[in-house]
Amino acid sequence: MTNGQLDWRKVIRTGLLVGVVMVFTSAIGMVEDFDERPVVVGILSLGFLALFWYVPRAAYKVGDEEVLEGMEVHPPTFQNVIAGAAVGAIGGVVLSVLVFAVNALDLRGVFVRLSPQLVKTLTFSESAADPNLAGVLVLILISTVLGAVGGGLHLVSDKLRRQIVFTVGAVVVVALLEDVISQILRTFGLSALVRAIYRDAALRLIPAIVVAALGFFVGGRERGGESRIRAYLADPDPTQRTRKSLFVAGVVLVIVLVAPWVLGSLLSEILATTGIFLLMGLGLNIVVGFAGLLDLGYVAFFAVGAYTSAVLTSPLSPFFNPEWPWWYTLPVVIVIGAISGIFVGTPVIRLRGDYLAIVTLGFGEIVRITFLSDAAAPWFGGAGGIRNIPGIPLGFDTISGSDPEYIMYFAAALVVLAAWVSYALLNSRVGRAWTAMREDESVAEVMGIDTVRSKLSAFVVGAILASLGGALFSAKLGSIFPTSFELLISIVILVIVIVGGMGNILGVAAGAVVLIGVLGGPRQPGLLQEFGEFKLLIYGVILVYMMLQRPEGLIPNIRRSRELHHEELSQDAWLGATPSEDTAGEGAPA
Amino acid sequence: MVSTAETIQRIRRSRFNWVDMFLNALRIGAIVFIAVGLVGTIVKFVGGEGPSAEAWRDLVVGGLAQGAAYGLIALGYSMVYGVLGFINFAHGEVFMSGAMTSFFMASYFFDTGLWVSNFVLALILVIISATLTATIVAVLVERIAYRPLRDAPRLIPLITSIGVSFFLQYSAAFLFGISNKSVPQPPSWLLSKVDLFGLGWLRLEATKLLVIAIAVVSMIALYLFVERTRTGRSMRAVAEDKEIAALMGINVDRTIVTTFAVGGAMAGIAGSLWALLFRGVSFDTGFLPGIKAFTAAVLGGIGNLVGAMLGGVLLGLFEGVGPLLILDGWGIPGVSQLKDVVAFSALVLVLVFRPTGLLGERLSEDERG
Repeated sequence: MTNGQLDWRKVIRTGLLVGVVMVFTSAIGMVEDFDERPVVVGILSLGFLALFWYVPRAAYKVGDEEVLEGMEVHPPTFQNVIAGAAVGAIGGVVLSVLVFAVNALDLRGVFVRLSPQLVKTLTFSESAADPNLAGVLVLILISTVLGAVGGGLHLVSDKLRRQIVFTVGAVVVVALLEDVISQILRTFGLSALVRAIYRDAALRLIPAIVVAALGFFVGGRERGGESRIRAYLADPDPTQRTRKSLFVAGVVLVIVLVAPWVLGSLLSEILATTGIFLLMGLGLNIVVGFAGLLDLGYVAFFAVGAYTSAVLTSPLSPFFNPEWPWWYTLPVVIVIGAISGIFVGTPVIRLRGDYLAIVTLGFGEIVRITFLSDAAAPWFGGAGGIRNIPGIPLGFDTISGSDPEYIMYFAAALVVLAAWVSYALLNSRVGRAWTAMREDESVAEVMGIDTVRSKLSAFVVGAILASLGGALFSAKLGSIFPTSFELLISIVILVIVIVGGMGNILGVAAGAVVLIGVLGGPRQPGLLQEFGEFKLLIYGVILVYMMLQRPEGLIPNIRRSRELHHEELSQDAWLGATPSEDTAGEGAPA
Repeated sequence: MVSTAETIQRIRRSRFNWVDMFLNALRIGAIVFIAVGLVGTIVKFVGGEGPSAEAWRDLVVGGLAQGAAYGLIALGYSMVYGVLGFINFAHGEVFMSGAMTSFFMASYFFDTGLWVSNFVLALILVIISATLTATIVAVLVERIAYRPLRDAPRLIPLITSIGVSFFLQYSAAFLFGISNKSVPQPPSWLLSKVDLFGLGWLRLEATKLLVIAIAVVSMIALYLFVERTRTGRSMRAVAEDKEIAALMGINVDRTIVTTFAVGGAMAGIAGSLWALLFRGVSFDTGFLPGIKAFTAAVLGGIGNLVGAMLGGVLLGLFEGVGPLLILDGWGIPGVSQLKDVVAFSALVLVLVFRPTGLLGERLSEDERG
């Protein structure tokens, strides 16, 4: 939509993209799997959402106008609706090609999920015998209408647009968080209300309307709560800002302390997992976010901590089993974590950033394979791992994985410790050295910073936090196996840090809650258990999307985001100085 | 009075000393470890224990064949690193896409009978389709994920490539199923051993010879392409200095796409060879070979094409022979499980001993930093 005219090439391209996205979600089996999960009884299923969510979004985006300084802004016209409808229609046609292809050819030999069942789901028909032409037409029609709605969002006021988005969002969120909401209501003895709202985990029609109305109302208020928090936190004075962050953290802490008793054990389990990952995220944040060293083998320290604790506590540890109480192992875990941090850090410290990434990845794999091998089996039990790890003795009781509420408290305590360590370090001499080093290593060195020592200290602090996490992890699980420490965990922790906001403690917390709490850890369930097997795919998509659109993360570290957008800032300054034509390079990320 | 310069020198020395000491200890430790292991193995061999000479020969050939595949993959890493200066983690998944395509094509030809009736033609078609798929995947990834990040800080595209790698890996898992797919058996003449040069003792498995031969041919083709053609020259120019290359009238974007395409093609060929060699493909096939191929690229000197090929072959050899040659000498049980440990240790040792690789790296000025 440049110059107020329909740009048909862009429309066609977007339409094809929409079609490809829809075909992809169908082909990976997402539509079919999610179709069994209703959102609003009898009306809307999660499969429908998974299939069509991208249509209105892309249709809205196709009408976006790139407005540069000095260019005229065109008011949105009815053409937006046409463009959106066209995008939807093209996408629908692409999808219907898939339907016919699945019907005509047997593609199941290659694409396992392209089955007649998928055709049934897509064409809303009961039998898969013949290509249901009416169903295909309905499919295209829905897609077109959704596209037109998406394009039409340009025509309404900003407020109404936000209200519409909030309405849809509220219904989806309330339906998907059925577990939490019904659990909370049941804790307060409102089981009748739960039955009134939900049926088969989906919203009933009337509650859905109520929720939608609430969403509409909330969206219509002047400022959303989220942006108010952001404004509250984005105080230009750094001491004020950190003080405010601490206040928010305190509130969160109180909520966390009360949470397990309100939420029941399944949700406490999720919270405990989130806590352990958050702890490691904070540790990795020191290494990656503060010191700028990309460590892809972070799980190695986690494994070292877990195995140290397991060997010292478990009676079944094959080689050495002093059967210490969990508490006594902590100093040993810290020392061994620190030593392994030095051991991994020293050889790689002078390498280029990306070499460091691959070497740490190698170390992570070395540790895992060593624990797994027969060669080390006499010490660490090989593939059988170490079992029978007693929990955490508390005098009156022993806490283990069967009491997720208490494990969560331990995780929360360690998280607070890690956050405090991060915070204190960041504002210390060594923290400033990290920042300087991250921004420009040579300059930092010339200014008298001992880069080797700074890098190593980052590695060591990170390693200690991860090994503490490992110690807690082993007490929680009761038995550990080398397969629990695969590379995936390193990557997931990295995703937490990056999605949340590198270098920002609060950001990492947000990342852990969103990814581990909501989507779930690599092997652990999250709130949205529906996403179960697809979550790793979604992790990948989120990672790429964040890097392309918002490399500074959800809650950015201000300095870090300045570093990342430095090019654009200078470009903007230049644009301001000389308003000229054609300056939007294809590449510059928005 | 001591001059300021001397003081700085002294501080520097005192600061860096203990890291150097650690590194030296590591170097000496590694050499001693390898030497003792070697001696142990030789003593065993002379004493008639351990693998026979024939077993060693097969290990070497197996290592070379696997190394040839590593070398082909390593070329893609090396070229992309030379031109754009970041590790393209997703390259392993490009390789996997080639291996996946090989599996599907091979089973298709097996069903239609071509695989048995005219194996050579079937194999050529398999390799061509795998190459095409891998090229398309590599180019698409560049277009969608990396091009918008041309000017971003260097860790950003690296992290992006991790995301892309995840995405491709799990897309393959969901699209094609997570089961391990067995590639149909090649005809029996390919599975039997060939007596090379009629020497009697040089009896080698034909599959592995074929794999090595195809890899060598592709490598030579690539080398000629990069060194002799106009496109190859512009690739080298872009690797040297993007800005000046652009000023000289080279289309930098197109050259970068070509780099990805050529790297992807090599990975596709490697995928076919891998499918032929191991006859099993799954969605995570690309992960370990990808990382090892990067190791190979570093081993040979990143940005250096001959280095990548040499590094791949050496790494494959080391991985094939190393566990038995060194670890067995120490009397460590279950050494074949430690194959990957050997490969990753090789990476660490290369970077400790010679971070610029065996043949020296070839990078542009701003990528060395």
